[in-house]
Amino acid sequence: MSSVAGSSTRSRALSVGHAAGWAWGKLGDMLDGPFRALQRHIGAHRMAYVFLLPNILVFGLFSFWPMLLNFYIAFTGGQSVILSDRPFVGLDNFRELLNCPSYLDPKTCPVAGFSFWTGVWNTLFFAVVQVPVMIVTALITALILNREIRARGFWRAIYFYPVMLSPVVIAVTWDWVLKRRGILNALLENVVDGWNAFAGTTLFPFFLFTVLAIALSQLLARFSRPLAIGAALAIAPLVAWLVPHEVWSLPTYRPVNWLIDARSGWPTFWVIFVYTWGHLGFYMLILLAGLQAIPKDLYEAAEMDGTSRSRQFWRITLPLLAPTMIVVLVLSLIRAFQVFDEVYVLTGGGPGQATKMIVQHIYESAFIGDAKRYGIAAASSVLVAGVLLILTLAQLAATRKRAGG
Amino acid sequence: MKTSLVKTSLFALALAASFGASASAQTVNLRYLCYADGNECDVSRDLLDRFEKANPNIKVTVDKVGFAVIREQLETRLQGGEAPDMARVTNLGGLNKYYLDLRPYINAAYWENNFATTLPWMRVGKDDKGIYGWMTQLTVTGPFVNKTMFDQTGVKMPGAGATWDDWAKATAEVQKKGKVYAGMVMDRTGHRFAGVAISYGAKYFDANGNPSAVVDDGFKAVSERMVQWHKDGLMPQDLWPGASGAKWKNAGDMFINGDVVMQIAGSWMIQKFQSDIGDKFEWIVPPQPCGPAGCSAMPGGAAMVGFKATKHPAEVAKVMEFMVSESVLKEYYERTVQIPAHKGLAEKGLNYGKDVGPETQAALKQFTADFAKISPVAHQLQSYQRNVAIFNATVNYVAQAITGTLTLPQAYAKVQEEIDNAVKK
Repeated sequence: MSSVAGSSTRSRALSVGHAAGWAWGKLGDMLDGPFRALQRHIGAHRMAYVFLLPNILVFGLFSFWPMLLNFYIAFTGGQSVILSDRPFVGLDNFRELLNCPSYLDPKTCPVAGFSFWTGVWNTLFFAVVQVPVMIVTALITALILNREIRARGFWRAIYFYPVMLSPVVIAVTWDWVLKRRGILNALLENVVDGWNAFAGTTLFPFFLFTVLAIALSQLLARFSRPLAIGAALAIAPLVAWLVPHEVWSLPTYRPVNWLIDARSGWPTFWVIFVYTWGHLGFYMLILLAGLQAIPKDLYEAAEMDGTSRSRQFWRITLPLLAPTMIVVLVLSLIRAFQVFDEVYVLTGGGPGQATKMIVQHIYESAFIGDAKRYGIAAASSVLVAGVLLILTLAQLAATRKRAGG
Repeated sequence: MKTSLVKTSLFALALAASFGASASAQTVNLRYLCYADGNECDVSRDLLDRFEKANPNIKVTVDKVGFAVIREQLETRLQGGEAPDMARVTNLGGLNKYYLDLRPYINAAYWENNFATTLPWMRVGKDDKGIYGWMTQLTVTGPFVNKTMFDQTGVKMPGAGATWDDWAKATAEVQKKGKVYAGMVMDRTGHRFAGVAISYGAKYFDANGNPSAVVDDGFKAVSERMVQWHKDGLMPQDLWPGASGAKWKNAGDMFINGDVVMQIAGSWMIQKFQSDIGDKFEWIVPPQPCGPAGCSAMPGGAAMVGFKATKHPAEVAKVMEFMVSESVLKEYYERTVQIPAHKGLAEKGLNYGKDVGPETQAALKQFTADFAKISPVAHQLQSYQRNVAIFNATVNYVAQAITGTLTLPQAYAKVQEEIDNAVKK
């Protein structure tokens, strides 16, 4: 009975499948006709452009056209977004940005230049520190995840996961962790309080004795093992029971303003950390692909020659990964120059101007404040675009070299 | 048979289309862009439901957005022709050129009689007699104090007539004895700063009414204090030094969490404090602290305005007329717990209801009393078209003097330079 029902279900499924296949085929035939007609009309070699057209239109409308508009606005003044209401001012906006007694000391510049050059130097510092940190971390992660470790797929997914998150989500999440009443401070406070409470218990001297005895015996064992054991048993109890427990207590934990304290340097550290955390997976994936493209037999030959792991890394892995590394370097440099969302949400460019990046200057010039300075913002964008263009050309050159083209 | 079926179908389709078209032609859809400090947009929605019932041909959509949208995106939308029909705004004079003059559609005498103090805030120049909107809230800047902290530490609270320096000394004592994170905190905006500066003699304008020498002795006196108070740890790093540029930051959460003894904010925070602090501690609004030139707060608030880009000016005016009708406005101010900007209602007094606790009642009373003492300079600054440029320049560069990026003289020069640039544009 059940086999009859089963075969009927199967035959129904097959008939549905056939119907879907037939419909799909008909749809293909319908589309095929017009394309064949078009190909007869314009020739086969021009068909490529027909398929490229939708992408070109989208790119033109949403990328190329705004770029042209931005370039035009850079040479206009006024506060209106309507182009016809914006007077042509020539190079005035660029002059205002570049008119500065000392580019190295932005506070000597007038207000527009002050904001621009502060953003430039902060972004340069960010890129110079963050990019090497990112590349080294991504490389280490890729090397580990390229090995045959347990749950490798899971770890790869974990490291890649932040890439899929919105930068704002990343920043808000880390803000919860890092604010004065955040998770990190609560954790550290609990650790300190827990330790201090433990140091006050009667159990603590036994714990201290055990730790000291092991440490001393290990330390002195290289001279004489009986002497080490004797010394450990003599000194450890003295220290553990005679030294008052207050000595072992930690000072009360004062929550640190990780994102606020201007003098500590922590805000810059955390901005770099959070940005690296959020983007690491992307570069790790590229490097992982590069690592997997290295032929395995090279390592096997090296193993047979008795080459050490570190030598294999320096002589095989790194040279063969260099083209991929260059791509990663250029891509991460470009993205470092574009840094904005995470930093703006996390620190607002503060404390003071410590984490104010160039894109924040552009955003604030255009949209914040009473006087909307679209011309200054556009001129700043053009200058930054110049730097990014150089980096992009470098990437293209590197990619061509890699492809042997 | 087949032909008649096709004809019947086409006729039915045409009939349905014409019904749809006539229905959509009759109904006017308006959009109101609203931000809220508390429940202002929700109360507006309630009241507008009533309006829609009485005027079935007008539908008002309330788009509830964050304050940053109003502050940073609204003007760009207005310039780009993507304006809502109405919005709740705080840059009252700055957006003047986009406002719809409601006079042809409303009972202008009623508006002039009842909103005489605040209508000029939305006007620009002496010849501007337009009526553009009404104040959804009338605000007064001033301090909120955690009274419980004073009681617990046994520190005597300064009384009426006390100076800002007296308060700084007293809150520092409470901070020290009570091991509180900070003594005083000021919202990160030049608007709060201005009230204190005017009490110290800041004039903001020259004889011609231009902000040509904003950085005078009064301005400097408060800037120096801000730097010193942060240096001493009386004010926390979280607010003024804690961001860059003119980024706005509210210190309300610090006060609610018991991290500060005093917050310099304003009357719009009352409702939030009532709901979020509850019984955690007792808070009060003391009499406005003073400086050598007086005890002035800064007036302010948010207005519901119409925009001239609207396709339905008469309907916008109808909504406005409904909202400012005395009974509706009374309910609005009472439910949103605001100081009334309407003269008639202010004179008759409002009944904020039993849900409003004694602390809130007392705070409202104090802020209303403070409003009477506001300096003419503060009113002039509030109604100045480019006041946002002054506020932004203040917070941007004084904050940099606090962090040590600039010296105070460098900050003063940049404040004036930025204001001059804005006025020139």
